[in-house]
Amino acid sequence: MAETKIVAPKEGPLVQFWNWLTETQAWKSIFRHDRPTSDRTRVLVMLSNVFLHLHPVRIRKSGVKLRYTWCMGGLSFFLFLSLTLTGLLLMFYYRPTLEYAYTDIVGLREHVPFGIMREMHRWGAHAMVITVWLHMFRVFMTGSYKPPREFNWSVGVVMLVLTLLLSFTGYLLPWDQLAIWAITVGSNMARATPFLGHEGPGAGLLRLGDVPLIHAADDARFALLGGTFVGEGALLRFYVLHCVGLPLAIAVLMAVHFWRVRKDGGISGPL
Amino acid sequence: MGFVKGIFNAAADPRLFFLLAVISLAILVWKREQVASNSFGYGVLGCLAIFFAFGSFDANFRLIVTKPDNVPIVGLIFMLVFFVWYSLREGVLNDRRIVKGEGPIEKAESDRVWVWPDLVYIELIALIVCSVVLIVWSIVLKAPLEQPANPANTPNPSKAPWYFLGLQEMLVYFDPWLAGVVLPTLIVVGLICIPYIDTNPKGNGYYTFTERKAEITIFLFGFAVLWASLIVLGTFLRGPNWNFFGPFEFWDVHKLEALTNVNLSEYIWVRALGRGLPQAWYVRELFGILLVLFYVGALPALLGKSLFKGYYEKMGAARYYVGVFLFLMMMSLPIKMLCRWLFNLKYVVAIGEFFFNI
Ligand code: HEM
Repeated sequence: MAETKIVAPKEGPLVQFWNWLTETQAWKSIFRHDRPTSDRTRVLVMLSNVFLHLHPVRIRKSGVKLRYTWCMGGLSFFLFLSLTLTGLLLMFYYRPTLEYAYTDIVGLREHVPFGIMREMHRWGAHAMVITVWLHMFRVFMTGSYKPPREFNWSVGVVMLVLTLLLSFTGYLLPWDQLAIWAITVGSNMARATPFLGHEGPGAGLLRLGDVPLIHAADDARFALLGGTFVGEGALLRFYVLHCVGLPLAIAVLMAVHFWRVRKDGGISGPL
Repeated sequence: MGFVKGIFNAAADPRLFFLLAVISLAILVWKREQVASNSFGYGVLGCLAIFFAFGSFDANFRLIVTKPDNVPIVGLIFMLVFFVWYSLREGVLNDRRIVKGEGPIEKAESDRVWVWPDLVYIELIALIVCSVVLIVWSIVLKAPLEQPANPANTPNPSKAPWYFLGLQEMLVYFDPWLAGVVLPTLIVVGLICIPYIDTNPKGNGYYTFTERKAEITIFLFGFAVLWASLIVLGTFLRGPNWNFFGPFEFWDVHKLEALTNVNLSEYIWVRALGRGLPQAWYVRELFGILLVLFYVGALPALLGKSLFKGYYEKMGAARYYVGVFLFLMMMSLPIKMLCRWLFNLKYVVAIGEFFFNI
């Protein structure tokens, strides 16, 4: 076999610039290793970057295959990131009050040229619900919840619930007919919570003498809506939960989730 | 054409729809060797695509399928069908390898690769593809915005967001305290419990069917038949007053459906024993209460001694009882559906005095 001779390409200005850049003090203070082309630097890149550090350094061959993971967990995470970004932009335009909520959404549609942030946020949310379900389905079908990953499955289920709640709280914010009636239908269920809802079984038992402890103005539904119907209080509560409470909770759990994927030995595979 | 549409309208009746879903699952599981072939999978997807393509020539069908918030569910149908088929196929392929003594394909791929670049570049591609899909989707399809909220004007039908429509569909068969609170809680608790109940050490980290027959069948029943197909039913086939409408049927607000549902107490006291309903609720509902107590209290123990004896021995008492309880709770939905369809049964226990109806 003929020996191939590696001829160094002529260094154009771009390459020269690149070479200069990677030697500067600033660059070297950020990336503390050479480009990841050798085994050693491939380890270093994973260990010295906080984001990449969520991954292991090496991983089973089957684990990187679409065939095995369908990439559904990764897509869920990516959709979450893009929802955070688009949601943040939407918050610039939106005020959660009866007076402004609807008109702000109309304004978003009519006054923002080429605006697709609302679309990206809404369709991204729908898509995330679907990818999380499919991710769960994949994890089930590969038996990946079995030891040692039982706890991570449980963390996942909680995130699934949070994903649905995020979607649900967001559904109210446009404050149109679709929104308030969907939330009315959904939150009416809370009326029937056993013991804690005023139309729930057992609630009638909770009384002091003649005074019922659980009634329409203090039951589970009231706590959810901040009122006896879907109104101002509900809008504010859902807004705060949607933009602050639930995203924070799910972000923390995602950190736990990813960390555990690593600590449980990376993507699952036959022993 | 009208005739074909009529057939589809009839097949989409909740009873037939549900039955067809169960039968499809049974075929999938039984005939999995044939199902695993590519021609079967793509054939089914192709038929689905043809159905939606031809369906969209129909005004009523188009109206409901192209509602912006329903579009993702059309996508969900395709993805779900694909991934259910795909995961079964991978299972079957691995099972064949296992029989030959080769071990699952994942075993052959156990050697490690570098995350940088092998995984990171896949993630980058996935990220780009996902962004492009999302952006194109957002340009093509506008997010819906209806009339401003008006508490005085209730739309008919009023539907929950689509991912909760399975729960809303359960409201047909159960009261809100069960359909909206207790059963959803049990779904979540049940999912969390899965890894702790399932002690089968096999099938950890690879696709397989034969090594996990019962687990996979039960999960598919809950996930695909109960959860997903009821969402499809609730989204596309439930119209005004939560009445049933075929996919090619006009949503007529005045459609009437005879409601002649009867409580168990009336069946027993009035129709069987030929007397009036007793005054006191605990006498009136005695039979229903006994039946429910039997279902949750005695049946698990009985099953553990007979049909599920093997599981009882393998899993131990605690796991067995938790598992069977959750299983019976899941089965309470199809059981109640059947009772409704066959006997027009309304409530097994009906203590309206305490909002306690089952
Ligand atoms: C917010 C939603 C979620 C995100 C962002 C997420 C993300 C991820 C990612 C990126 C992985 C790596 C492997 C892969 O991509 O498949 C993973 C693995 C895993 N996830 Fe999730 N997940 C979520 C929800 C869930 C749910 C709902 C469950 C189960 C009920 C779950 C259970 C697991 C388990 C057990 C693993 C380890 C799988 C293995 O090692 O093969 N996750 N998750």
